[in-house]
Amino acid sequence: MKEGRGPGGEEPVGNRAAPGAGSVPLHADCSETVARLYFFLDGALTEEKREAIARHLDECRPCLEAFDFEAELRRIIASRCRDEIPEGLRGRILAALEQERAIGPAERMAVDPGLPSSPFEQGAL
Amino acid sequence: MEHVQALYSAALRMTRNPADAEDLVQETFLRAFRAYGSFEEGTNLKAWLYRILTNAFINKYRSAQRRPTQTDVEDIDALFLYRHLHRLPPSAAGKSAEDEVLDSMTDSEVKEALESLPESFRLAVLLADVEGFSYKEIAEITGVPIGTVMSRIHRGRKALQKALLDFAVRSGWVHEGQGGRPGDGAAAGAVTAGVDRGGR
Repeated sequence: MKEGRGPGGEEPVGNRAAPGAGSVPLHADCSETVARLYFFLDGALTEEKREAIARHLDECRPCLEAFDFEAELRRIIASRCRDEIPEGLRGRILAALEQERAIGPAERMAVDPGLPSSPFEQGAL
Repeated sequence: MEHVQALYSAALRMTRNPADAEDLVQETFLRAFRAYGSFEEGTNLKAWLYRILTNAFINKYRSAQRRPTQTDVEDIDALFLYRHLHRLPPSAAGKSAEDEVLDSMTDSEVKEALESLPESFRLAVLLADVEGFSYKEIAEITGVPIGTVMSRIHRGRKALQKALLDFAVRSGWVHEGQGGRPGDGAAAGAVTAGVDRGGR
């Protein structure tokens, strides 16, 4: 996200109030911008709407800071939710697949003799 | 081997129990192995595996745990957490309070907050924000219409923010009733009551 140029004259710089907070509306577009925050960060807006939001963020520092926070929050959530695989799990999965393969290769091949080698054999596991 | 780790992490968020998560991942690979004939070349392997994982989870675990979605997020907006943290004074080092709080969140606190969400919200936020799937992919993975998916993701994120604010309160970053409108603190307190720390 681009650095904000600060509010374009309508808003006091350094105002610690969050966008749209309090009784005084900061900017005509703030509430609309916040309402589309998730869609914007999800890349789910039309190009036209995305650009309108981006323009607003260029001009409205409080909104820009809020958007940056949300983007950072997502990075934190994604990065904090990884777990180590328990010891032996891979081995158990491979053993279970091996057993499965031993049971029914004929049926599998009968379904489609031209079946490409499975993703498991290609290293997806 | 990347998919095993991602699938195991997702399974752990879903089941909230390591033994169940292991079973679920193994089940997922077995089902994928059996269904491989229906996998179309060129489609997204990761999304396909997550669809199998999600179906296996729903078939195996959901019926026992299903409960009505009670989390009330109607009264909060997309910036719930930010608004609460932004009011706090910056640290002596000049770092904003919201950055301090984000940096201080540990793996287990974020996992606990995510796992405290009602199931449909939990799945939606997990697939969107942890796994990075698009709305359309999540609709395909969960078999839920895209409008419902969007609603669940958005509501789930708000519920997650409530849970994370509760963490900030418990950690002493935010004092209950600090700043804000009456009711905000009560909302954070309500989340505390709903957090399931146990697993099963």
